[in-house]
Amino acid sequence: MGTKVKKMLFILSKATIENVYAAFVMANGARMEGIESEIFFTFFGLEAIQKKKLENLHVATVGNPAMHIPTMLGGLPGVEALATKMMKKEMEKLDMPPVGEFLEILSDSGCKLWGCKLAVDMFHLKEDDFIEELDGIITIGDFYSRADQEGTHLLFI
Amino acid sequence: MKKVIANREINVNEEGYLVDFKQWDREICECIADECNVIMTEKHWEVVEYLQDKHHKEEPLSIRGIKKSGVINIKEFYKLFPGGPLKVSTKIAGIPKPKSCI
Repeated sequence: MGTKVKKMLFILSKATIENVYAAFVMANGARMEGIESEIFFTFFGLEAIQKKKLENLHVATVGNPAMHIPTMLGGLPGVEALATKMMKKEMEKLDMPPVGEFLEILSDSGCKLWGCKLAVDMFHLKEDDFIEELDGIITIGDFYSRADQEGTHLLFI
Repeated sequence: MKKVIANREINVNEEGYLVDFKQWDREICECIADECNVIMTEKHWEVVEYLQDKHHKEEPLSIRGIKKSGVINIKEFYKLFPGGPLKVSTKIAGIPKPKSCI
């Protein structure tokens, strides 16, 4: 009885809605099961924790065969916005919180949120650009050191 | 399956959740809480009542719902019911474990 997973570390490198929510749902799901969880936002994943960008994330309609629309159509102006709108509507029906509220829930639940120093420097971002709930800007080495107990797992998204 | 809680035979499922809410009372509640390493305080009772009320109205429970409940905030909720708050609190409240992923 009882899971052997004690801590989940997520690296989120993308900012498409489906990837961001995958990370958030898994990180929150871990906390709800009494498992520790932390998220390291790197590269485009940083968009999910930038105050001005986080509510404007999109679903990818190009290069995504599971959308079942021709890639060329997916690239037309407005298609990505429409698909995003439809997906957000479906998520709202399931009572899934918007990105900003989800981050608050994660932080309140004890999930640690970290920005990747290298990516922050590369995109010339400042601490001011990020949500208040951010626990800090750290290196990947620092993040590895968070894997400090048996039963820790690391997942790249 | 049956389990003896507070010297009474209670119907529970394989995870220890009560199957028949009519068998739930404060004494049973405190025994289950004790098994979950929770000592009931006034705030715990308030949360338990909120969860039962939601359950009886057939409104699904979620952590987002807790945030909006006005009864307790998420941080406190995690402190009061360590080790998975919705899972633990619903067990104590004698209602089914929520099926939601959020």
